[in-house]
Amino acid sequence: MKSVLSMVLLGAVSLWGAGQAVGAEGPRGTTAAPPLSFIDKALTDLSSGDQAKQDAAVLLLSEQGDPGLLPKLEEIRDNADRSVRLAIKPLMDLLKNRANLASSDADRRRSAAADLGSSGKPVVIPWLEAALAGESNRWVRYTIEESLALIRLASDNPDDKINAAAKLGELRSPNAVPALKELLLQAGATDATDQQKALANTARIAIEQIDIQASWANAFETIFRGISLSSILLIMSLGLAIVFGLMGVINMAHGELMMIGAYATFVTQECFKAYLPAGLFDYYFFMSMPVSFCAAALCGLILEATVIRFLYGRPLETMLATWGVSLVLIQAARVYFGDLTSVVAPSWLSGGAQVMVGVYLPYNRLFIIVLSILCVAGIYFLLFRTGVGLRVRAVMQNRDMSSCLGIPTRKVDAYTFAFGSGLAGLAGCALTLIGNVEPGLGQNYIVDSFMVVVTGGVGKLMGTIVASLGIGGLNKLLEPSFGAVYGKVLILVLVILFLQRRPSGLFTIKGRHADA
Amino acid sequence: MKRNGTKKPSGSKIEIVGMTETGPSRREFLTQSGRVVAGAGVAALLGNLGGWALSYAADKEPIKIGILHSLSGTMAISEVSLKDTVLMAVEEINAKGGVMGRKIQPVVVDPASNWDLFAEKAKQLLLVDKVAVVFGCWTSVSRKSVLPVFEKNDGLLFYPVQYEGEECSHNVFYTGAAVNQQAIPAVEYLMSKEGGGFKKFYLLGTDYVYPRTTNKILRAMLLAKKVPAANIAEEYTPFHHQDYQTIVGKVKKFSAGGGACVISTINGDSNVPFYKEFANQGLRAEDAPIMAFSVAEDELRGMDTSALVGHLAAWNYYQSVDTPQNKKFVADFKAYCKKNNLPDGEKRVTDDPIEAAYFGVHIWKQAVAKAGSIEVDKVRKAVYGSEFLAPGGKIKMDEANHHTNKPVLIGEILKDGQFKIVSRSKGLVKPEPWSEYTSPDKGCDWIKHQGTYQKK
Repeated sequence: MKSVLSMVLLGAVSLWGAGQAVGAEGPRGTTAAPPLSFIDKALTDLSSGDQAKQDAAVLLLSEQGDPGLLPKLEEIRDNADRSVRLAIKPLMDLLKNRANLASSDADRRRSAAADLGSSGKPVVIPWLEAALAGESNRWVRYTIEESLALIRLASDNPDDKINAAAKLGELRSPNAVPALKELLLQAGATDATDQQKALANTARIAIEQIDIQASWANAFETIFRGISLSSILLIMSLGLAIVFGLMGVINMAHGELMMIGAYATFVTQECFKAYLPAGLFDYYFFMSMPVSFCAAALCGLILEATVIRFLYGRPLETMLATWGVSLVLIQAARVYFGDLTSVVAPSWLSGGAQVMVGVYLPYNRLFIIVLSILCVAGIYFLLFRTGVGLRVRAVMQNRDMSSCLGIPTRKVDAYTFAFGSGLAGLAGCALTLIGNVEPGLGQNYIVDSFMVVVTGGVGKLMGTIVASLGIGGLNKLLEPSFGAVYGKVLILVLVILFLQRRPSGLFTIKGRHADA
Repeated sequence: MKRNGTKKPSGSKIEIVGMTETGPSRREFLTQSGRVVAGAGVAALLGNLGGWALSYAADKEPIKIGILHSLSGTMAISEVSLKDTVLMAVEEINAKGGVMGRKIQPVVVDPASNWDLFAEKAKQLLLVDKVAVVFGCWTSVSRKSVLPVFEKNDGLLFYPVQYEGEECSHNVFYTGAAVNQQAIPAVEYLMSKEGGGFKKFYLLGTDYVYPRTTNKILRAMLLAKKVPAANIAEEYTPFHHQDYQTIVGKVKKFSAGGGACVISTINGDSNVPFYKEFANQGLRAEDAPIMAFSVAEDELRGMDTSALVGHLAAWNYYQSVDTPQNKKFVADFKAYCKKNNLPDGEKRVTDDPIEAAYFGVHIWKQAVAKAGSIEVDKVRKAVYGSEFLAPGGKIKMDEANHHTNKPVLIGEILKDGQFKIVSRSKGLVKPEPWSEYTSPDKGCDWIKHQGTYQKK
């Protein structure tokens, strides 16, 4: 009994304090905190079990809108039965969201504004207006305005309604479409009033505005999705374009080299977690890129020295042997790492940048686009602007002649293979941003990579680039109408038909070649 | 071949075990054992008596059980944990003296996530190893592939995973949930005031039998509950699908204006890219929560959970269930994994299929003890209506339809990969292998009918 009393007392004191604070800076400025007994009575009414009393209490408390009540409500909820909990929940959400409107985190403010808007309660209008006055972030402002207009659209005042409909059209708010369509329906009824018809007119204009915006957003998003998928295909296939394209080695374990890159990223992350201060964790990804490149390159070097070098020029045997190696690597990863391997994307790569209403460009995808462009630039530089690149190209074009001219072809082979493998590792590192890390990861990508390289034309880097853009873009164009499954089937059919017409792919090597 | 056995007295050990199953119960046998021992050599030649004699030789021999879970290949991620669980349950039972005074000896095979191999290995377990019961399978396709083997050879399979229903086999006990014990209550929860009163449903799944059948039932149910067809979207992706940009874009459009939720039957490694894309494109759990039927604690430990927090799942058990027997079960499981040096040791978690696999072994053991035999037919009858205090609470095997009466729990995903239980069914939910929405005229009953029957 004593503890209950003291709790009530404590609660009352804290209420007083909170009430004062809200009273001072709250939307209604001048209202002083109401008498304590008033709120206390409402609080006890909440769990009284009397439906009418309960509803009145909820209404009163939400009008009061004092987030300081939250701990008190929390306590009531913990001891209450289900019906009381159900009744309190919307009230608590309201108060929590109000508190969040003043949060320092823009995402939180935005979430709170959206939730208050969808609650549809007119009490929140002054809260939102007050928040709007002090808000500087563009998208938070947008959400607050949208929420305000949505609530006003549902009000009974016809002027407010028309203004809100016009405002929603101006805001191009896709969230308003169902409500606006409802207005059109009402006006279409036989007993519609003139007021309703005027409102419907505004609503119609607003819907048109929103639709135009939506189709622009859709076009923009489709293009971005196409580019993003292309960049992923490209980064996956670059390594293969070198190993298979330039060297002619059909390496079925190429996907597993990606898997090694992904696990190298995981290991780097774990090392950062274990040995470095938490503040540095977000930078692990910079470290993981060279680490995964080196790890995969090393594996490639070993693979070349122990298996592939004995099988140059025998594609079938190479294929079988490397497939065996891939199975060994998959099971080894499964045994060693188990499946407790999640790579946490650094915070600067989570979320997305909003560029238009409803259009987000995820940071991880933007990052991969940039990374793939850098990789292409790097490869071009290495192959065409350095002495090493010259030797590589010479050996790939005419091994015997290069050998005669004193190029250590054996070494060049090994380095080229390692470089291609390293690129696969880098791709694996990038892919951890999109998917998860598991032993079978490489299997998901290997077929797509081969498809890109073959379509592009074996031996031409340019072909790989164009093919990945083509396949990625086409895929995203087809997917909305055909669905993911048939979209993919259709792409495969198109690739087969294309290869029937041009067996050597988009770009063919012209001129004299040792193996031509 | 298996049932009658050859009557050769000099049978191998394998045949002995096979014959034990056909012989009379142990107690009857012991009363006359002396006589039989004396005349063993002769009796062996006299048909059935031979079986008794040889079973005496095999008396304290362990009972063999089969474990049919993929230990390699794509499904290994999920199924290895079930193998570990069954082994742990067996160890527990053996530590308490086994059953009928005999120890249990597990025979572990690896069907390697290969559906044909599942049938082959099942055959091997039943015909070569002559196991008394098999615990196994995860995917529906693997279960469908072993079903004819079990039915033809009258074997017994305990299947521990939630599935799409529409099956009623005499030779399988389903300890996972039927659709009305997971998917339907989950959607009912979302439609309720407490669950958010959602009005639009995006059914999204991987393209195979479980999602397709479940969504067929859900669609029928939603239409029956007067949800307009325009408010239901349905979409499938291939296995291992990684690029969810377009689909999340569609969900975003679908959910504009609120009141929409996603019902996900996405399986395996597609989940991470899906949830990541969902969060990255600015969708929140409050706008459109994802209710998943294939994401449990064991899958979550391999994922970056930050994108999943606040989304929902429906199961019959969570590691966070607060009962004394569950605390013990979780601690035992972790200790078992640590002791046996299994990957990740103490960090391992329990989840719904793990619990179902665990109590399946105990239900079978109880039934054997009750029947006093490992004969499939007697065990089967003893299983009907039997109860067990499982980690998640008391469960009851159905009286007639081979499924399990279980509670239904809706959980919200937390940052640490565990679930906060937000809703729980009142009491146990009775399993309906045939959904009332898609097959209202069909029922499953092995007591009054011969399995699946037409309701009048």
